[in-house]
Amino acid sequence: MTINEAQDQVIEEFSEFSDWMDKYAYLIDLGNSLDPIDEKAKIPQNLIEGCQSRVWLDAEEQGGKIVFTAESDAVIVKGIISLLIRVMSGHTPDEILEADLYFIDQIGLKEHLSPTRANGLLSMVKQIKLYALAFKAKS
Amino acid sequence: MDTTLDIAAIRADFPILSRTVYDRPLVYFDNAATSQKPRCVVEAIEKVYYSQNANIHRGVHYLSQVATEAHEEARQTVQAFINAAESREIIFTRGTTEAINLIATSFGETFCNEGDEILITGMEHHANIVPWQLLRDRKGIVLKVVPFNERGELDMEAFSKSISPKTKLVSVAHISNVLGTVNPVAKIIAEAHAHNIPVLVDGAQAVSHMPVDVQALDADFYVFSGHKMYGPNGIGVLYGKEKWLEQLPPYHGGGEMIATVTYEKTTYAELPFKFEAGTPDYVGSVALAEAIRYMQKFGLKAIGDYEHQLLQYATEQLMKIDGMRIFGTAVEKASVISFLVRDIHHFDMGTLLDKLGIAVRTGHHCAMPLMHTLGIEGTIRASFAFYNTKEEIDALVAAVDRVQKMF
Repeated sequence: MTINEAQDQVIEEFSEFSDWMDKYAYLIDLGNSLDPIDEKAKIPQNLIEGCQSRVWLDAEEQGGKIVFTAESDAVIVKGIISLLIRVMSGHTPDEILEADLYFIDQIGLKEHLSPTRANGLLSMVKQIKLYALAFKAKS
Repeated sequence: MDTTLDIAAIRADFPILSRTVYDRPLVYFDNAATSQKPRCVVEAIEKVYYSQNANIHRGVHYLSQVATEAHEEARQTVQAFINAAESREIIFTRGTTEAINLIATSFGETFCNEGDEILITGMEHHANIVPWQLLRDRKGIVLKVVPFNERGELDMEAFSKSISPKTKLVSVAHISNVLGTVNPVAKIIAEAHAHNIPVLVDGAQAVSHMPVDVQALDADFYVFSGHKMYGPNGIGVLYGKEKWLEQLPPYHGGGEMIATVTYEKTTYAELPFKFEAGTPDYVGSVALAEAIRYMQKFGLKAIGDYEHQLLQYATEQLMKIDGMRIFGTAVEKASVISFLVRDIHHFDMGTLLDKLGIAVRTGHHCAMPLMHTLGIEGTIRASFAFYNTKEEIDALVAAVDRVQKMF
């Protein structure tokens, strides 16, 4: 599945929610079922310190593709992380660098990626791209 | 609620309170961060700009005199508000933060040397921590912190023991912005004075919730911000006893604060102008005075009593929620409630409360050392003003209960 196919799938899923409560209940579910990041990866270098919540992001290369794992102390943030990972993980550095993340806006969660939220998500997206850049430079 | 205040009429004075967010009525419980403004305060700003705007203190022309008089009358209004002995003891600053920085710099440079100690408490806002750390970096002073008990009350025994011959100043919050604790500042001041140590009181959270009399307290310095007391942003007050202010050097240099300037030597103006370099906020001062008159119309005692009822009601109702954890249960407490439900993250709770139209603060509330002491990353904080109602608290409690069930 391409990045855009995955984004469209998420948009499709969220289109079923007519009210924001259902949407957030789903995000909480996603957050609660997100695979925890390896304890060994919970190191300061992987920590994105937001003012409101913290995000840990780790990346490794598997056969030319980058696999991301991430976690947060806030469940809603974890839910959004789960979506970001579903869309971005398992792709080549070029695919990740070229990706335009339109799904966040379309499912009405844009506010969570605004700099004023300070929840670490915006920095996480930037960090995902930086990892892609770094892996590309290495290969 | 048992009050003589006409809350509906008071709410009508604050246009913003009738707006909606996400199609729901706004419930504004972030008053400890900043209060909303009554119409009269905004009109006061408009009036200055539309009919009497001129730079002050240096013009012979008519408007400049009108503006100067208004600014100085505002100073007298502030003086009377906190019962300072002299209007020259009232220095206008940009806010509490600038006022504390002023003292940390001017007092610190004059009276503090390496190894000297500044005493603060474990419940200070960053504004009453970081300026002293900057002084520590410059002068090698030692910052000592008085702990608090499980209710969030200062450990007064530890306070007494922390005082040493090296203590140069005690700097303490009148009311904690996180725990709501009303600290026994009169007692603290009396004890510090017994050792000839001056005391700075951070009154940012106090002046809009209780009557403050700096002479009765015998405070050496008392600081607060306009925007937390229904006044405009960008103006605040440093009260200082004349005997101290006279001994301190200026903080900023520039116009207004000089007597004579030559390239060889400059002499400084008298109080209060020595500490007010540059064009002062003569618009903000006038609007601040209006905010003070507005509060005085109802009386700080009546305001505080009503807010206390809101606090008690909210505490009782919130405690009915399973897993409710309230941080700060001091006997003397102002209308601030910091809480968590079970281990639900403050960001998650705050995000969903926001969707329900409830404005609360989440996070560390600029008091990260306090959060470390409590062993948490942050809280949800609901803080009440006298325009808030029992019905709004019901809305908060229902919202918290609804949200906590989602986790």
